Amino acid sequence: MSYQLLVVLSFVLFVIGMIGVAMRRNIIIVLISLELMLNAVNILFVAASKYLHTMDGQIFVIMVITIAAAETAIALALVVKIFKTVGMVKIDDMKKLKW
Amino acid sequence: MELNIVRYILIFPLLGFLVNGFIGSKLGNKAVGWIASITVLLSLSISVYVFIQLLSMPPDARLITDTVYTWINSGSLTIDFKLMVDPLTAVMLLVVTGVGFLIHIYSIGYMHGDKSYSRFFAYLNLFMFSMLLLVLSSNIVLMFVGWEGVGLCSYLLIGFWYEKDSAANAGKKAFITNRIGDYGFLLGLFLLASAFVSKGIFTLDFNTMAAHISLISPQVLTIVGILLFVGATGKSAQLPLYVWLPDAMEGPTPVSALIHAATMVTAGVYMIARMNFLYVLAPTALEVVAVVGGLTALYAATIGLVQNDIKRVLAYSTISQLGYMFMAVGVGAFSAGIFHLMTHAFFKALLFLGAGSVIHALSGEQDMRKMGGLKNKIPVTFAVFLAAALAISGIPGLSGFFSKDSILAAAYASGHTVIWLLGFITALLTAFYIFRLIYMTFYGESRVDKHAAEHIHESPKVMTIPLIILAVLSVIGGYVGVPQLLGNIVGWHNSDLFVNFLAPVFHTMPEHEMSVSTDSWLMIGSITMAFLGVFFAWYVYLKEKMQPAKHAAESFAGLYRLLLNKYYVDELYNAIVIKPLMWISEFFLWKIFDVWVVDGTVNGSAHVTQWASTKLRKIQAGDFQVYVMLFLIGAISVLAYFVLR
Repeated sequence: MSYQLLVVLSFVLFVIGMIGVAMRRNIIIVLISLELMLNAVNILFVAASKYLHTMDGQIFVIMVITIAAAETAIALALVVKIFKTVGMVKIDDMKKLKW
Repeated sequence: MELNIVRYILIFPLLGFLVNGFIGSKLGNKAVGWIASITVLLSLSISVYVFIQLLSMPPDARLITDTVYTWINSGSLTIDFKLMVDPLTAVMLLVVTGVGFLIHIYSIGYMHGDKSYSRFFAYLNLFMFSMLLLVLSSNIVLMFVGWEGVGLCSYLLIGFWYEKDSAANAGKKAFITNRIGDYGFLLGLFLLASAFVSKGIFTLDFNTMAAHISLISPQVLTIVGILLFVGATGKSAQLPLYVWLPDAMEGPTPVSALIHAATMVTAGVYMIARMNFLYVLAPTALEVVAVVGGLTALYAATIGLVQNDIKRVLAYSTISQLGYMFMAVGVGAFSAGIFHLMTHAFFKALLFLGAGSVIHALSGEQDMRKMGGLKNKIPVTFAVFLAAALAISGIPGLSGFFSKDSILAAAYASGHTVIWLLGFITALLTAFYIFRLIYMTFYGESRVDKHAAEHIHESPKVMTIPLIILAVLSVIGGYVGVPQLLGNIVGWHNSDLFVNFLAPVFHTMPEHEMSVSTDSWLMIGSITMAFLGVFFAWYVYLKEKMQPAKHAAESFAGLYRLLLNKYYVDELYNAIVIKPLMWISEFFLWKIFDVWVVDGTVNGSAHVTQWASTKLRKIQAGDFQVYVMLFLIGAISVLAYFVLR
């Protein structure tokens, strides 16, 4: 398989994720999009690792997956808490972080 | 010769200052007074020891140095923290520590019961340190440190009773007037330093400067000499910067005696004597010194004639006597100037301390119109006061006679007849005003307030003993410098010990020979003046009970008012210097420069920041997705920058 194809795949996935984060209103969907972006990067890491014949990229992938898991756990806990307090998970209704 | 003990002359008073200044209030008043006095006594003992060492050396090699450390090492210029004792310094050391010690002892009694007792002695010790640094330093830069130090102490001690507005203002006046003089001194110092450095001499040591002074052009020397003398007019209260000294009498009386009569104000005379190698090559500068000194002597004496405050009479007398000293150094008679400095330190300190004793006895009264008839009530004070008055008047046999006569003789011999005449008239006035003071204070009917009269008492022993010692010195102090004319009469060759002792220090002007008969006539003349002055004072103030003085005041009302108001000099300075300065300060520096430029800059930067933030914070709308978009745009821009660069 050509490495170029993998880079393109990674880029496409990253952009999809990016658009999801920027556009979607539902927090759950935003979080999923974020996961998508992280995994797009993971693909790039693995591809680069294979291309450069080093294990560094793959080690980074493990790191990213670990941190992503932790981050998702905290984020989902926050979402549950937000739902219990505010009663909805629409992101544009939460503008309390303002000056 | 290198002698490391010299530095301890400085260290002890400094130690006294630190102890009294930091923990004095916890030590109790008794301990404070004695610590301060003993530190000065230690300095006095070392000074005496150094003096004896000096005497044991051959006359031409009398020099003791003590290099403490290298103070400034800037490029090729090297200035050491180096102390030096030569005959001139030795005389000053003994006068400063000797008179200083007596005044410390006196202060223990005089300041008794003051609430800032430890502060007073701390300042007094600091003054001793600065003054000793001034006389001991071996280079002009270090001397300037002492010079400024005594100015600071003078300010602190004049304003010692700072609750009183007049004292606080007098302190400020003294400091600011001194600063004006010091500005001239600094300019002279810089000019001198640059002149030497340009000739390849990279040190400002007095002895090195003296050895190489001929490298520098006479014009530069004249300017330097005049600029340094400007500094001296400030510190030593000469025309036109004398105005601070009469006001300095707001300070405690021991301070007036120590700083504003005996030691600090003579610093200018010492400085010129120390820089004599420069002044002998700058005759014009020396001429200026002599003229200013002579005019000041007469000018201040005329004001002293009519003042009614006992301390003010003495203050004007001090200015007048300082004028004598400048007259002496100005005509090139440096030893005569230093001789008068020494005898003046004795009798003027005594006059001030005696006046302090009178004021003490009368519960704080300083107006001579409310004194009189104190002769029998405070006999010790009267006796010592009389000794000092006779000495300052120049009555033969007392110290003032010898020194004043040598000054007048030198002035006449050097051909400055006009300056001699100024000094000659001043001699008459001096005798008159000092005996006017004596007769108004101690003789005649008592004009004391009933309330104060009940409390008249002689001062305690701790005050009278220093007075008695000073009285003895005032009487016999002159015999170290008996003029050769008188020495010959009793067959005493080389009777002028003082001049001989100082001779190696001074680069003398060409000698002026004077015939014995001229010299005798001059001496007889000045003796006559002294007696005439005393006689007039006796006639006016005792025999005729002040009636002639009243008549004179009425018939010459204009002149009388002019003198009483000190020639309106304070008013004149107020109008031409202070008022315009205040106006500029208020309407330009404050209301324009400060308000618009300084405050404008500070407030302006605050306003700009505030304005910018109100605009910027609009971005922070709390909308998560806007933040993400901005973040992405930012990230893409950075990326684009690096890719497309």
